[in-house]
Amino acid sequence: MVGIVGYGAMIPRHRIKVEEIAKVWGADAPSYKKGLMLWQKSVPTPDVDTITLSVEATKNAIKRAQINPKDIGAVYVGSESHPYAVKPSGTTVAEAIGAVPDCHCADFEFACKAGSEAMFVCLGLVKSGYMKYALAVGGDTSQGAPGDALEYSASAGAAAFIMGKTNLIAEALETYSFMTDTPDFWRREHEFYPQHGGRFTGEPAYFRTVTGAAMGIMNKAKMKPKDFKYVIFHQPNGKFPLRVGKMLGFTKKQIEPGWLTPRLGNTYSGSSPLGLTSTLDISKPGDMILMISYGSGAGSDAFVWRVTDRIKEARDLAVHTTTLLDKNQIFVDYGTYAKYRHKILKNK
Amino acid sequence: MFPSRIWREMPQRYRLEAAVCKKCGKRYYPPRLVCAECGGRQFDTYVLPEEGKLLTFTVIRTPASQFSDLAPYAMGIIKFDDGLQMMGQIADCDIDKLKIGQKMRLEFRKIQTDDTHGVLSYAYKFIPKWY
Amino acid sequence: MRDVAVVGIGIMKWGELWRKSFRDIFTEAALNALDDAGLDKIDSLIVGCMSGGLFVGQEHVGAILADYIGQKNIPAARVESACASGGLAFRQAYIEVASGMSDIVMAGGVEKMTDVSGDGATYALATAADQDYEVFHGVTFPGLYAMMARAYMKKYKTTRKQLSAVPVKAHKNGSMNPFAQYPFPIKLEDVANGVKVADPLHILDCSPITDGAAAAILTTVDIAKKMKKPYVRITGTGMATDTIALPQRESLTWLKSTELAGKRALKMAGRKITDMDMVEVHDCFSIAEIIVTESLGIFKKGEGAKAAARGVTALDGKIPVNPSGGLKSKGHPVGATGIGQVVEIVKQLRGDAENGRQIKGNPKVGMTQNMGGSGASAVVHILEVA
Ligand SMILES: [Zn+2]
Repeated sequence: MVGIVGYGAMIPRHRIKVEEIAKVWGADAPSYKKGLMLWQKSVPTPDVDTITLSVEATKNAIKRAQINPKDIGAVYVGSESHPYAVKPSGTTVAEAIGAVPDCHCADFEFACKAGSEAMFVCLGLVKSGYMKYALAVGGDTSQGAPGDALEYSASAGAAAFIMGKTNLIAEALETYSFMTDTPDFWRREHEFYPQHGGRFTGEPAYFRTVTGAAMGIMNKAKMKPKDFKYVIFHQPNGKFPLRVGKMLGFTKKQIEPGWLTPRLGNTYSGSSPLGLTSTLDISKPGDMILMISYGSGAGSDAFVWRVTDRIKEARDLAVHTTTLLDKNQIFVDYGTYAKYRHKILKNK
Repeated sequence: MFPSRIWREMPQRYRLEAAVCKKCGKRYYPPRLVCAECGGRQFDTYVLPEEGKLLTFTVIRTPASQFSDLAPYAMGIIKFDDGLQMMGQIADCDIDKLKIGQKMRLEFRKIQTDDTHGVLSYAYKFIPKWY
Repeated sequence: MRDVAVVGIGIMKWGELWRKSFRDIFTEAALNALDDAGLDKIDSLIVGCMSGGLFVGQEHVGAILADYIGQKNIPAARVESACASGGLAFRQAYIEVASGMSDIVMAGGVEKMTDVSGDGATYALATAADQDYEVFHGVTFPGLYAMMARAYMKKYKTTRKQLSAVPVKAHKNGSMNPFAQYPFPIKLEDVANGVKVADPLHILDCSPITDGAAAAILTTVDIAKKMKKPYVRITGTGMATDTIALPQRESLTWLKSTELAGKRALKMAGRKITDMDMVEVHDCFSIAEIIVTESLGIFKKGEGAKAAARGVTALDGKIPVNPSGGLKSKGHPVGATGIGQVVEIVKQLRGDAENGRQIKGNPKVGMTQNMGGSGASAVVHILEVA
């Protein structure tokens, strides 16, 4: 059996409220909050990027895994906001945790599902016996164009998972991927901000792909929604995961522990992975968890996890996701946010 | 900053590797080639803990330009339990509420970006311990 | 070793000298020193300059300045020890004369700091700190001294008013110095109300950015006597270093290098600190003067700030500190500062200090203390009447 040996999260402490953004663009905050089912998002300070979030999330994962980082054979960071256009994020993460040099490394990108993609590949590598442990990180400091609907949700955070075969916290019982060429969201080379197809991102993209992946994996695993204690969907906003859950026959109670977007925003590659870390934090041995990511372009990776006894000792070895999410927040105004996100034009 | 300069500091900046003199036990961060106390030239590498206590601090209000987006920002010296001291930025803090003696946690951050085109420099900053 | 004397001093009006170049300002000070000594030829030049390279893009400073002051072909060298470069130049010139290598040596100091932006100056000055483990993280020079100030003030319960007494006293003295950059008095509340630079230091706790130069002519006491000019004897020189990085120091409230340099100079001169009639010390920041006066042994640990506030260091106090106005009011052209201190002590010992700045009672012994960086280098000299 393969699965998760250690998991960890990292979320910046800074937040901006929907009202702050709406005020600047003359938008109606209550309707945005209702429409997106989201009232604030995390904001990375200028000294935080996908690499720093990945390192911190990984350190938390190592604390739970209680392994020697030298035994990690692969470091994969999935993100759409890798700090470099050319030069891997993963090498910095590997160097910082001391996994170098006997290590395979690659950066993944697939809009919001780059993190789950890395998880998928890591499970495969460990299962095949290529390596003892493999590290998958999903993290982003995503940017929405000023004034665009995405600006209300694009946020920052990362989750890291160390996959292995022994001392598992959660076993990967089944995996499945669903993928088509559906250009609902993209960013061309040298562009600052992504573009999207508006309402086209909904039914033919997110909903079709996520339901496709969910039905696919449940068929494969011969399971039904009621067989799961918890379910985590990718959450571009607060509304989509609730709606897709309802379409598939899941209850809000199953969704809730991993439903972070209303108070976190969309952490892109970190979105469903953070949903999983937060769910693991409260789960019990034997709990079945369904996780479905979604990345525009478009595809979903689906996983069936079964939580083991080890969760009891592992969960408190590192900070809980909801502690990072809900405690000690620092709220910033739009001006500070604009400065932090380099949205203010300055002379060189 | 030329990449070699960033690259060769990675063990101490990325992994907080310090040195302890094999002869007299004196500790160094960053590591050195010769012990200033006993002249010993052999050291063991060890990793600094990720927590320390704030010894002193200031708030930088007129920084060099590469730090201007962070200003005003706090900087301080922390002391680890083993007595070693280290200087760094204090991030995610209320600059009016810092106190000498406060517990600090070390967190991996981006320190310099070399404008928009150079190699990024990473190292640790101090965060007031809050969990 | 031969006994060495200062037979000539030269300074110029310090400040933001937009119309004058790096070579102009040094030439002006050097010519003043030559005129003061009544000489037109020197055997050798040693000049202190912290960062010709970063401030004006000019290295190879010894040769260009020797040529421009009209001394082409002499041996000339630039020495560097950050803000202690001037003091170091004086020490090296002393050694050159004392050793018998040269008879007449000019010790100069120069810095042209306003040909770069404020950001450029911040960067250049910060090169005196540990680039890889202090500056890399974003510290500035005021930041380093501010960390010392915070630690000191907490340890000794120092008040804002006590700290402010230092720059207020400096400006009072400097207002009588015709060569000072900021020759005007300030009030205690001006310091407290000034813009914050690096807490707890405000703008008036900090010495300014200055263009300036100074020069001194050193020779043997025997030659000086024959020249029939007023001269001053150099009876002690001491230098010491410490870790450049502040976090590696044993104490944040003590300057070990200053303590050692002071002791070495006093021992050489056969003097005690209490013999000093006045001192010129490196008050790059208000806190620096306080810790320096303690490290030199003028005051006990923790008493420096209180003494300054009580007026002990005033011109008419028990031990006048920085009668020139100090770095704070006179200005701090880094490489020139150490020589500027010598100029003041020589004036005081000769009874030449201008505008009522002269210390009463015919002072006979004085000390200069010049330091580099956050105190990693310190150079101390003791000067005495003939
Ligand atoms: Zn040793």
